[in-house]
Amino acid sequence: MTIYAIEGSTGPWEVVVGLEVHAQVISNAKLFSGSATTFGAEPNTQVSFVDAAFPGMLPVINREAVAQAVRTGLGLNAVIHKVSRFDRKNYFYADLPQGYQISQFEHPIVGTGVIEVELSDGSTKSIGVTRLHLEQDAGKSLHDQHPTKTFIDLNRSGVALMEIVSEPDIRSPEEAGAYLRKLRSILRYLGTCDGNMEEGSMRADVNVSVRKHGEPYRTRCEVKNVNSIRFVMQAVEAEAARQVEVWESGGTVVQETRLFDSNRGITRPMRSKEDAHDYRYFPDPDLLPLVLDEDWIAGLKAALPELPDAKQARFRAEYGLTPYDAGVLVAEKATAAFFETVARGRDAKIAANWVTGDFFAALNRTGATIETSPVSADNLGALLDLMADKTINGRIAKDVFEAMVETGKTPAEIVEERGLRQVTDTSAIDAAAAAILAANPDKVADYRSGKDKLFGFFVGQTMKAMAGKGNPALINETLKRLLG
Amino acid sequence: MANSGSLTDLTIAEARDGLRAGRFSAVDLTMAHLHAIEALNPRLNAFITVSHSKALAQAQAADAALAKGDYGALTGIPLAIKDLFCTAGIRTTAASRILEPFVPPYESTVTANLLRDGAVFLGKANLDEFAMGSSNMTSAFGPVENPWKRLQDQDAVLVPGGSSGGSAAAVAARLAMGATGTDTGGSIRQPAAFCGLVGVKPSYGRCSRWGVVAFASSLDHPGPFARTVQDSAIMLGSMAGFDPKDSTSAERPVPDYEAACKRGVKGLRIGVPREYRADGMPAEIEALWQQGLTWLREAGAEIVDVSLPHTKYGLATYYIVAPAEASSNLARYDGVRFGLRKDGGELAEMYGNTRAAGFGPEVRRRIMIGTYVLSAGYYDAYYLRAQKIRALILRDFNDVFAQVDALLTPTAPNAAFAQGENMDDPIKMYLNDVFTVGANLAGVPAISVPAGLDANGLPLGLQIIGKAFDEETVFAVSAAIERAAGFTALPQIRAGQ
Repeated sequence: MTIYAIEGSTGPWEVVVGLEVHAQVISNAKLFSGSATTFGAEPNTQVSFVDAAFPGMLPVINREAVAQAVRTGLGLNAVIHKVSRFDRKNYFYADLPQGYQISQFEHPIVGTGVIEVELSDGSTKSIGVTRLHLEQDAGKSLHDQHPTKTFIDLNRSGVALMEIVSEPDIRSPEEAGAYLRKLRSILRYLGTCDGNMEEGSMRADVNVSVRKHGEPYRTRCEVKNVNSIRFVMQAVEAEAARQVEVWESGGTVVQETRLFDSNRGITRPMRSKEDAHDYRYFPDPDLLPLVLDEDWIAGLKAALPELPDAKQARFRAEYGLTPYDAGVLVAEKATAAFFETVARGRDAKIAANWVTGDFFAALNRTGATIETSPVSADNLGALLDLMADKTINGRIAKDVFEAMVETGKTPAEIVEERGLRQVTDTSAIDAAAAAILAANPDKVADYRSGKDKLFGFFVGQTMKAMAGKGNPALINETLKRLLG
Repeated sequence: MANSGSLTDLTIAEARDGLRAGRFSAVDLTMAHLHAIEALNPRLNAFITVSHSKALAQAQAADAALAKGDYGALTGIPLAIKDLFCTAGIRTTAASRILEPFVPPYESTVTANLLRDGAVFLGKANLDEFAMGSSNMTSAFGPVENPWKRLQDQDAVLVPGGSSGGSAAAVAARLAMGATGTDTGGSIRQPAAFCGLVGVKPSYGRCSRWGVVAFASSLDHPGPFARTVQDSAIMLGSMAGFDPKDSTSAERPVPDYEAACKRGVKGLRIGVPREYRADGMPAEIEALWQQGLTWLREAGAEIVDVSLPHTKYGLATYYIVAPAEASSNLARYDGVRFGLRKDGGELAEMYGNTRAAGFGPEVRRRIMIGTYVLSAGYYDAYYLRAQKIRALILRDFNDVFAQVDALLTPTAPNAAFAQGENMDDPIKMYLNDVFTVGANLAGVPAISVPAGLDANGLPLGLQIIGKAFDEETVFAVSAAIERAAGFTALPQIRAGQ
């Protein structure tokens, strides 16, 4: 395993990172009210009296949100706490209608777990999960709608979030990125969070400190609300570099909350001390402790889908894939499913090559996703079948694939329409090969005097003369015989 | 039509039977009460809002239902609603400036239950601001006068108790046949005692808190006021019931409380908690307590001395837990979405301006206390310790109820006092809750029944405390006290006088 370090004037510094990820729970309703949670709705159209904290309104826990948290905990190989509790985190803000956020402070629903990540050098690393708890999201303050006023949108107010806290086990920007990608992959497999960082349904707070090898932890800073994996990696690097500079110039890192400025690639302090909050956490008296039934948890566990690690292991065992290919294919559930459809009953390695090669390239080029791809898994499989039964050869297959990307048609339709069926008629191949040899007597002579490499030239010319449709094996065979 | 005086003197049970027999109409009954309110409310200030036209419309609907024989437990019965219950389309103020303009678009579960059963709402009853007080002196809409007068001092204006002082005064003065209240530390039972009424604080979870402006969530108990035990049983039967919108609501069937009133007390074991013998308790209250025990013994109950050893910590515990929850519950009154707003240069200034203008001194005091006991460095010493003592108090009650069926105690350490008294020191005012807070901290049911008069001719109440969700026994004991006491005294200020 490669050790990441920041080289300072006093030598190398180790980077210590812990991540707090806020993941919006996939659920039709908010954590404590029945309001809808669709992204991008008109402001203040998904707000109940509970979400707006009208007098006398009371929270009622959304059972599905609890199930999602438990599923996530199970997916993180974590301890599920059969008894957990909701606390109030008290602070005033215009987009926090209750004047407190309902969260789980002392007794979270999920305890310690672990996430395995793969690193670019082929090694793997276990990163500990400290806890996962459920909490409400706040609304949104819009400061740019009016010259002197702030507008409040409460659509997000009360939406269920899972806060997933890692141990300070991360030691490099790469590991931070790998952790987030793996976590997102697990959440998506489970269907508990869509992991969409652009829409804010997954956000990360990044805790960074640096130390000399073997030292205890030094003071950390929290970089708040980073909204892409790339920015998290950049923020780790920038904040660690800043801290090294502070320590090495004789200063002291102060514990504070910072923001990452992605334009300038630096972190800067968020707020001054005077806004330091005393959140006055206490158990929410409107809610009873959350008590989970063992059988209910077991039922959720039994219904869990196959998760990325298990799937990767199976792809290696069942399809003989390399760890790398298997890792790439399982990162997204949809990709894995696509691959399995293509590979089923076919040569899995060829299927993997096509999916990770031409197919991914086509998606990248066209901006399509697996879901919107013009080439379906069944059609890609059919293309592989046409090669296997020698209806077309590999070169033609590339052209057919491009036509499939353009038109969305089946490979059979394209082969028929364009007359791309491979020529296996030996008399046609004989004629084409003989014509090429006849047209190139000098090269034939060279070949016969020992220039073996010219064989490829004869194959290419013959194939070209046949518009690419000749069966390559037969062409080889014929040329060998004629040149024999 | 019977004359108004006699209509307003009827009990709920009598009025119910009269309506069903067609002796008078619901409109007659409601009009009689609206006239009484018109005559006396300017003096008593028992109502913050009178919902005249809505009440009449509800009475007309009640008459139509009665004509079809399609009536509920309270069809046509005119009630006062403590202005802490949100009522759809009727302003709900919590007796605070901060909610002065607030008209809820929703109906609280308890009031919806009453409407389902045909009740008529006369209006919204005055209270201490956000139910914080024991005298009704903290209302932003002015104090309420107790309809009872001292025999020797007719000039003194007495308080009705609090926080549900308007509800109690309205029912005592015959401005309403019954009323809803809320009891967080004694806010139903103490005013019931001060006004010669029956006041019921049911078990925690029996009546939904949904739509009731919150003071202290773990201590707030909605409950009824009425002039007889039977009437209060009829009302509670309608108000109670499981509500999925309140996570602390109990999923239990509601028993027939009216039937429980007739059970008698033969063979019941009644506990006398020795810690309730407070030093300095007036002799007449002590005497009334002994009288109550004698009545129960004579009715066939066995009297047992018991101990609730943590009683002396009850008041201190209450005045940590209740303000702590209140400081958080009242954070939503920030001027952003509803109610009062006083603008400021920036957000924090708007909060400060709004809350300074909107909250009265007692509410501000409790928010300060609550914020303090929850803050870093003080949480363990105050809030956490109070929670531990609360658990011990609950254990005291559990232990005692393994030995006895109910407890008998005085409701309050004194009769109604005059406006202005006890105002110099908040602690003195808080002492009014000394006998009542235990039942709130433990969540067990308790009823105050009028049992006698003091030397000034003012009503005194006895409190019956029972096991969680055993309101039936508490009603049975209360009814036995009521029968034995034969309490027939009337307040000087009342409808028809």
